[in-house]
Amino acid sequence: MRAGLAVRGLLGALLACALLALAAAPGAHALDAYGQIEDPALQARYEEIIKQLRCLVCQNESIADSNVELAADLRRQVREMLIAGKSDDDILKFMTDRYGEFVRFSPPLEPKTWLIWGAPFVAVLLAAAIVFRVARQRGRQSVDDEPTPGPT
Amino acid sequence: MWKFLVPFIAFLGLVALFALGLNPKRDIHALPSPLIGKPAPLFSLSDVVDPNRVVDNASLKGQVYVLNVWGTWCFACREEQQALLEIARQHVVPIIGLDYMDDRAKARLWLQQLGNPYQAVAFDTDGRTAIDWGVYGAPETFLVDGQGRIVFKFISPMTVDVWQREFLPRIAAARKGGA
Repeated sequence: MRAGLAVRGLLGALLACALLALAAAPGAHALDAYGQIEDPALQARYEEIIKQLRCLVCQNESIADSNVELAADLRRQVREMLIAGKSDDDILKFMTDRYGEFVRFSPPLEPKTWLIWGAPFVAVLLAAAIVFRVARQRGRQSVDDEPTPGPT
Repeated sequence: MWKFLVPFIAFLGLVALFALGLNPKRDIHALPSPLIGKPAPLFSLSDVVDPNRVVDNASLKGQVYVLNVWGTWCFACREEQQALLEIARQHVVPIIGLDYMDDRAKARLWLQQLGNPYQAVAFDTDGRTAIDWGVYGAPETFLVDGQGRIVFKFISPMTVDVWQREFLPRIAAARKGGA
């Protein structure tokens, strides 16, 4: 009985933690002192852009998620450029001019990156070809192996 | 024949890929700078030691110089300081410092205690100059030629060995190439 209660208490605590984590998740951005941009459309673009830019210090985090100072400086840069009326492409170009294509999480589609973008499709096609061949071979075999009906 | 050859070639391919990927000499954090061969971004900042003095790189045009990015918060910068002092003693090119994300008082103390290899140290209060130069850490060391173009960028603490191997030949080439 007592053990049962303890388990229930533990489950309750776990659930509370999970709920808290869920509640916190959408707002789990690194916070800056500036607050939101007044124009909600700009704020939306701001959030979209900073998600696409890599924090070069932590490398697997976006500048939206990172608390490193460089990420904060880059967020400020994005924010200022948006307010100054720059386009998303202008901002991305500004970043890649200085930090290279690596600063973008998704590489642009260009001859240099055809391999990266194409490799998954090539792999799927290759796998399909192999499956097709093997299936055809097995199919042929099973026709050959079909037992001749014996006397009943 | 093909049944053997195809997997074998694929295997060799993987071996080559892993050999490249696991090479211990490769620094996975060192990123190639897109600024190599491009004009060095201009800056005009106040001097760390004397705030009334302006440090700008436009006035260095026509000279080959080194820009070393550092900060007192950066452990590896402490490590390279002796090498920078040694390099400065050789008087090959001026070394300009860019003090990044730092505190003026701490930076001055650092220069007093460890020695000052710099001809001048620009104080980048808000990190904008660092962004222009594509800096993402410290120490980073740039070599700029007489036409004001970035010729080379070295990420990691400077050593006298790196100076001799990577910098001196490029400085000689930059001087020969004009200026």
